[in-house]
Amino acid sequence: MEYKTAGCPDCKPLERRTALKMAVGVALGLNFTSGAKAQNNDPRNARPQPGDRMVFADGERKGNIIAAADLLAGATQIHAFPVDPTSQLVRDGSRLNKILLIRCDHESLNEETRRRAVDGIAAYSAVCTHQGCDVGAWDAETKTLWCPCHDSKFDPRENGRVVSGPALKRLAALPLKQVDGELAVAAGFSGPVGFQNR
Amino acid sequence: MDSNRNKVKLALLLSVIGFVPVAADAQVSNYSPVTDARLQNPERENWLMYRGNYEGWGYSPLDSINSGNVAKLIPVWSYGTGVGEGHQSPPMVNNGVMFVTTPQNQVIAMDARSGDVLWHYKKSLPEDLLQLHPTNRGVALYGDKVYLATVDAHLVALDAKTGKVLWDKVVDDYKKGYYCTLAPLVTNGKVMVGTSGGELAIRGFVQAFDANTGETLWRTYTIPEPGQKGAETWRGDDWKTGGGSVWIQGTFDPKLNLTYWGVGNAAPWAGDFHPGDNLYTSSVIAIEPNSGAIKAHHQYHWNDSWDWDEVTPPMLIDVQRGGKTIKGLVHPGRNGYLWLLERAADKISFVSAKPYVTQNAFKSIDPKTGRPEYAAEHTPRKGTLIDFCPSLWGGKDWPPAAYNPKTKLVYIPSNDNHCGSLKSKAEEPMVAGELKLGVEIPDIKMIVDPNTKTIGKLQAWDMAKGERVWAQDFESHSFGPVLTTGGNLVFQGGTNDRYFRAFDATNGKQLWQFRTNSGVTAVPMSYMVDGVQYVAVQSGWGVDAERMQGSLIAAGYKRKNYDPNVPIPQGGVLWVFAVSK
Repeated sequence: MEYKTAGCPDCKPLERRTALKMAVGVALGLNFTSGAKAQNNDPRNARPQPGDRMVFADGERKGNIIAAADLLAGATQIHAFPVDPTSQLVRDGSRLNKILLIRCDHESLNEETRRRAVDGIAAYSAVCTHQGCDVGAWDAETKTLWCPCHDSKFDPRENGRVVSGPALKRLAALPLKQVDGELAVAAGFSGPVGFQNR
Repeated sequence: MDSNRNKVKLALLLSVIGFVPVAADAQVSNYSPVTDARLQNPERENWLMYRGNYEGWGYSPLDSINSGNVAKLIPVWSYGTGVGEGHQSPPMVNNGVMFVTTPQNQVIAMDARSGDVLWHYKKSLPEDLLQLHPTNRGVALYGDKVYLATVDAHLVALDAKTGKVLWDKVVDDYKKGYYCTLAPLVTNGKVMVGTSGGELAIRGFVQAFDANTGETLWRTYTIPEPGQKGAETWRGDDWKTGGGSVWIQGTFDPKLNLTYWGVGNAAPWAGDFHPGDNLYTSSVIAIEPNSGAIKAHHQYHWNDSWDWDEVTPPMLIDVQRGGKTIKGLVHPGRNGYLWLLERAADKISFVSAKPYVTQNAFKSIDPKTGRPEYAAEHTPRKGTLIDFCPSLWGGKDWPPAAYNPKTKLVYIPSNDNHCGSLKSKAEEPMVAGELKLGVEIPDIKMIVDPNTKTIGKLQAWDMAKGERVWAQDFESHSFGPVLTTGGNLVFQGGTNDRYFRAFDATNGKQLWQFRTNSGVTAVPMSYMVDGVQYVAVQSGWGVDAERMQGSLIAAGYKRKNYDPNVPIPQGGVLWVFAVSK
């Protein structure tokens, strides 16, 4: 059984056990925010925030703002870090903040992905859910995002689902929006990021 | 909120959701401290280190289980580790107490006779950890402590009786690509570990810690810096991120007081990126454990371009050749050659090298120095897709070979009949903690002849004659470490059909097999409690065995158990076997 969280279409559904634990925990006054606090107070470590823009994480244009036009149809994914548009602070304090952006044919996206995408541009956590490597390669044959460490492959058109390889969990999606014509983060990651296989 | 109130609330919470933790009997009674004398002359009923002895033999003198009764071997107890990925470590046994590690850095202490859990330790790993090799190869035992080297590059000392953390030292920064998967080596009050991370822009090293306090005593890099001997074999700043990982426990000669370590390949994989011989990568180095000084070395092959690290240390074996006894260093190389070297206090001398699998990258071996001459057409370089044999997985990857002093045979867990191809890419800077291979990832391929029927091959070699005595071929590739025993037996798993097998050590005939839960890629071992001999091994497929499986499927190898839609099951189980009465 799954519990949908009201008013947050992109939030991950809670498993029944988790929801029950939280309900009991609240009744007992236990603190469930310690995980969030683990990111500590350094704003560089904070996960992508609504309104954040994105900058190139590496390469010759490292640190430059990424525009929608930088994402070309048929090109491989771009790695990015979120940046606070007001303070210009780049949230590169944790590798778990790394984002991958890729432009697909908008019509090829499934409904959930399309809802989070902007003009066919989809965004996901760049960190593999298997053992935490960067999803740094692209398999042109299967048109999948490819983690070269252990060969897990993910479909960017279908909400980052696992296509093959040892990963068990899909990549967390990052909803996008346009703000004044700029590519921006619409909401936080849709689920946990980092390695989840045990 | 104080901790007692938290505990009460946690207990209430757990009771509400239907789970109440049971207090464990977290205590080992009558623990026998592990001394240098015991490590140098381990009792036959125990298994006190990774390969059972300092010589690296993987040999148990026990003979109650033997070629005459092994067919009656049955499982007597098992233990589910609760985690997936590649289980590679042998249980260590000290007078009836067993310590076994798993991926994600758990250590479980058990009653070796019954399987009763005595204590359970689990390292808390950072959430942003990148695990290129999510595995562990075992603990070290010394005094009344248990030592664990972790995937986030820590060395942890546990109380052998309780599992309590006595100290926890950072070896290096995991965010910069450093991690540890090896079982530490202990001698004379020093705990030695090496570092993995060759694909993540590290400079490899061996580091010694005080066994009592955890204080760092020395660190010796496997790659010299400017001004040090061997630095001339590197270009510019390449040495700073040149790889040279050390991720398998070294061997030790107490008489020479020298430890021997296998060193990984130069980074990145492409030789174009690091011109020069690149000492001491793809080498064996002899380190004096009091000072950390490198006393001798031999480089198996220079300027690696095939991802052939030579990280398994040589076995210390006396070899009779030409009427004299050679104090040998025997190494079945990932480069596909079986090396015999001679060790002395201040040098390592080349004796012989012979291919034990199909190898086309070396044109010849210098008979005096052992330096190979390369076949240019099979040496990867920039801009051209180059094929070579064996593939990057090598003639033998990390799984250790074994030596039986009764049969005087060396048993090699090899893979044959496979080739690969690589193409170097344009140079790019190495970035600490980021995967950089120096080759085009889509071009990393295996090549297998469509008529190939077998890949895994367990081989027995007579080092005195330099000849292969017997071989067992498997349809599956093999990632099976080898155990040999005084009972004229060789044990090995490693295949994707999930079997764990026993062979006659003399003639190679298969005598027994048992189908486990998963693929057996862990180091098997044997021990005795109350006069009963046991054989123990973990079954848990993953890491490189799984990756080679995927590469073979991609190469079109269409034998049984190579279906892309039917993965080899994961999840670790420790199996303990004894002869049925």
